[in-house]
Amino acid sequence: MNIDLSINTDLARKILAGFLKSEITRVGYSRAVINLSGGLDSAVSCALAVEAVGAENVLALRLPYKTSSPDSLEHAQWLVDQFKVRCETVEITDMVEPLFRLDPEMSKSRRGNVMARARMIVLYDRSEVFKALPIGTSNKTEILLGYTTMWGDMASALNPLGDLYKTQVRQLARALNIPQPIIDKPPSADLWAGQTDEGELGFTYDEVDKLLYLLVDKRYTVQDCIEAGFDKAFVDKVVGRVQRSQFKRMMPPVAKLSNRTVGYDFLYLRDWGT
Amino acid sequence: MRLLAVEYHGRLNFSGKIQTMQINLALAQIATKLGDVQCNLEKHLDFIKQAKAQKADLVVFPELSLTGYVLQDLVPTVAHKPVDDDPIFQPLLKASQNLDLVVGFVDEDPGHRFYISSAYLSGGRVLHVHHKIYLPTYGLFDEGRFFAHGDSIRAFDTRFGRVGLLICEDFWHASPPYLLWLDGADILIFSSASPGRGLNAHDKLESAWWVENVNQSYANLFSSFVVHSNRVGFEDGLNFWGGATAYDPNGERIAHGPYFEEALTMTTLDLNQLRRTRSRLPLMRDERAYLVQRELNRILSK
Repeated sequence: MNIDLSINTDLARKILAGFLKSEITRVGYSRAVINLSGGLDSAVSCALAVEAVGAENVLALRLPYKTSSPDSLEHAQWLVDQFKVRCETVEITDMVEPLFRLDPEMSKSRRGNVMARARMIVLYDRSEVFKALPIGTSNKTEILLGYTTMWGDMASALNPLGDLYKTQVRQLARALNIPQPIIDKPPSADLWAGQTDEGELGFTYDEVDKLLYLLVDKRYTVQDCIEAGFDKAFVDKVVGRVQRSQFKRMMPPVAKLSNRTVGYDFLYLRDWGT
Repeated sequence: MRLLAVEYHGRLNFSGKIQTMQINLALAQIATKLGDVQCNLEKHLDFIKQAKAQKADLVVFPELSLTGYVLQDLVPTVAHKPVDDDPIFQPLLKASQNLDLVVGFVDEDPGHRFYISSAYLSGGRVLHVHHKIYLPTYGLFDEGRFFAHGDSIRAFDTRFGRVGLLICEDFWHASPPYLLWLDGADILIFSSASPGRGLNAHDKLESAWWVENVNQSYANLFSSFVVHSNRVGFEDGLNFWGGATAYDPNGERIAHGPYFEEALTMTTLDLNQLRRTRSRLPLMRDERAYLVQRELNRILSK
């Protein structure tokens, strides 16, 4: 079965830059701030933000931990140089180490979550100083799989990439002239040495994007996907992940007591009055 | 078999000659401020001024052009009556002394039901108000939660001939344009706030592709003018793609606004094309509305 996830990158660019420009400026801001990890997603978000509000209005943050790969820092610098955005580097080691020391048994994933949330703290703090809105970098694949830290790398005011699968973000990256080594390197949260997304997930983005596209975009049932040629165990694993991570895609439910409750029947867009 | 006997409301005079008539049409694809009717009114007046400078006879604004689209709990706060003493309609009615207007708004009836509405204003009067019949309440849409649905589909006479108004989902159903055609509308005026969706490898979104195709098809099927004004801008993560169009009775596209940007797209409707096309292709003459009625009765009585 031929599952085609190719996108018209000109159209995507136009819509996403327009989205960022509209949603930043309508609430009285003119600037964007982005955590630039050196990876693909934040590179694309940064490039789109530059198209939206201009390089002089984009602040890129490099937020290494002491074990972060030097490549990550260098690749982020390439992007800063290429897009001519402002840049600040804030090492998060001194923020997270005191917490790590309280619990020497802390697992890799817990440490990773702490680092992701420390980066969120810096992002939001610098956003206030720079008078900018924090731009998200989460793509549709990781949002659907829940492969993300709540209130960590997920946190943003606006997310231009959340409806593009990872393989589609890669297409957009090529159109935006992101340097090839950033496009080609194995995706990684770089929370510990040797970590890769595909190693942790146990499947490749190429495989899972096609399956998610059928399940989500095309509304295929599990059985339809198996008949389309996907392995049953793989489909079950992915469907399970999507279901178990639904909570990550929602604001916390408010327990309803009154006649009008936030989240149920107090319904306004973010863009209310703008 | 009885043939269709639809009263013809066109521009035939007693000598059987069709008046030479052209309409300078302006399609105003605007972005709106969500829930700020006064601000949106000012944009209307600005576009009307531009249209007047370009000698427009008729300006068509998008669906809910005075209010914005995803209104949710804002609905009761943005409703206005299309009457002389309404502070929003007063300047629009005044502007309609010079050129005809189609505007989108929220109408409220005496029972406090709210409708997604289009008003046709001309010569300082409201000639017609259409209440949206089909309220999409599925997928990303939730209109049925906040609005009452309209319950009539009527063509009406203007200084340019007989016209019909429909709003977005109304023309995803084949019957409203069909009924307007039978009711004598030669110009179908569609307005939308169509969220862009369906990005793939093609150079336009699936939503734009579908709407343009169906508009062209209606122009062909009903040998009528079909004009469409669709808004632009963003509301939260929704984009609105614009791309206003006009098709002539041959289904030829005679106007196409840009995608995603505010624009005033001008074109001329040559009303004599109706006669030329229908002489070649007498679909209106041959339409068997009574057969449709009979079969509908049979189907509905099952």
